[in-house]
Amino acid sequence: MVGIVLAVLFIIGFVAGIRLMQSPRTALWGNRLGALSMAMAIVYTLWELDALAHYPAWLALALGGFSGFFLGRGVKMIHMPQTVALLNGLGGGASALVAGSAVSLLDLGTTPSIYLLTASLALGVGSMTLSGSMVASLKLQGWVFQRPVHWHFHNTVLTGMIAGGAFLILASMFFPVLIAFLLIVMIFFAYGIVMAVRIGGADMPVIISLLNALSGVAASISGLAVGNTLLVAVGALVGVAGLILTRIMCKAMNRSLSEVLAGLKPEEKSSTTGNFKVNKKEHVEEDRLAAGEADKAPDYTQFMQEAQRIVIVPGYGMAVAQAQAQVKDLADMLEAKGKDVKFAIHPVAGRMPGHMNVLLAEVGIDYEKLMDIDTANPQFKKTDLVIVVGACDVINPAAHAAEGTPIYGMPILEVEAAKHIIICNLDEKPGYSGVENTLYKKDNVIPMWGNAAETIPLIKESLS
Amino acid sequence: MIPSSLLPLMLIALAVSSIIGYKVISAVPSLLHTPLMSGMNALSGITVLGSLAVFVTASSAVKPLAAVAVVMAMINVVGGFWVTERMLRMFQQKGKGGEMKAGKKIPWS
Repeated sequence: MVGIVLAVLFIIGFVAGIRLMQSPRTALWGNRLGALSMAMAIVYTLWELDALAHYPAWLALALGGFSGFFLGRGVKMIHMPQTVALLNGLGGGASALVAGSAVSLLDLGTTPSIYLLTASLALGVGSMTLSGSMVASLKLQGWVFQRPVHWHFHNTVLTGMIAGGAFLILASMFFPVLIAFLLIVMIFFAYGIVMAVRIGGADMPVIISLLNALSGVAASISGLAVGNTLLVAVGALVGVAGLILTRIMCKAMNRSLSEVLAGLKPEEKSSTTGNFKVNKKEHVEEDRLAAGEADKAPDYTQFMQEAQRIVIVPGYGMAVAQAQAQVKDLADMLEAKGKDVKFAIHPVAGRMPGHMNVLLAEVGIDYEKLMDIDTANPQFKKTDLVIVVGACDVINPAAHAAEGTPIYGMPILEVEAAKHIIICNLDEKPGYSGVENTLYKKDNVIPMWGNAAETIPLIKESLS
Repeated sequence: MIPSSLLPLMLIALAVSSIIGYKVISAVPSLLHTPLMSGMNALSGITVLGSLAVFVTASSAVKPLAAVAVVMAMINVVGGFWVTERMLRMFQQKGKGGEMKAGKKIPWS
């Protein structure tokens, strides 16, 4: 009875912590409330097991705790996506191990089949989360092939694996032998790798969110397998959060989850492209040079001085160019001249949900200046100057007009409504979607092709 | 052995916390989605409770497996809460400058 009351209290602690995360003012305390609940749950578990003096347990806790602390202390904000991916994987792996060691403890012959089913499901989902997350993390870190890898037989293999895995999970209910559980682990581990290798680049936010959800689902199911209500409930919270974020990311990219998982690169979607060119990203070295010739002396100084309301639109290109600090300097200079400077942030600007906000907060930009897409779009009509830094698809008006292209219908930041637009992108190549950006041809657009870490200082100079 | 009366209770917990979680998490603004996700990493470390139970009760053959599970889950718990703490602190110090100052290069590995 005490156990149930305490479990409910801990769950309330976690939920209240998330509730406090609804506002940036209280979020820090929300996180701390979560940490406190976790610490108390761990101590209570040890007490309940009568193992408060069981020093090997404390040793394992301390080892993991210190490793986690050093991992968390050192990681840079730009590396947050691969860190979260890594942690997703560790969570999934831990759940699989719990289910696995629980299986090895059970008297397999007499265990009710519902527990065998949950144990093998937890083994499968956990293994797949572990391997998929490792691949995603390595890709984001740039240690293995970042481009999506496609095999001719990819779909056949994946379908085969899922069918085989499902068969084994069902079979293990009736023939609970150790080899069946081992095979489940191996098949789903391989499935995670095969699934993750063909996802890359701008699709990463979706897969990270999905793996986040899976790590929660694995924890929840392993809770069912070992009979721990707290695991079930908290795992479900994580699963739900991951699914919500997955859905938001898919919507913001105008792609369905199955398209992303199938590794369909946008340009491979059946496109009845009208008069809009769909370019591949390769080649274009000559184009870049040609473009470089054209923009020798863009005349932006005058309306830069006149502009009162300025919106900066950062994209992942800004982070790649490491231009965040330059952008912050620019914003400070503009504000010092009495101008109103805001930032407009597209949901998929970055490599994970909310990534861009964190990158801007890292250089000390006040969160109250950050606008999400719904707040920003009505503002552009009243904006004198938009400065785009390393963003392409998310500002492409073709999303409204170019029926049949991959980005048609995708929500974009409607910067074209502003009076003037300066674009500090690397080049005029299309973004990830491969759809040419029709904004670049507009009269009120001044492109400054080149590394943003070099072009932003040019703008700063023109101001002083 | 798990008492059979526990299963319905666990299924109710699953349903209730999914519903409440959906309501509470949907209202987190996109501004905080990255800290939300890393906080969820920490919460998925809740498996540490399960792995502790197995570790303490298991025979010596299974103990190493469970010990690895404890360590992995604990990396999640502490690593997750710590990166979340760092990020949310950056959101708190208004205009005072975050962790990174202008001109400082990020080691790009």
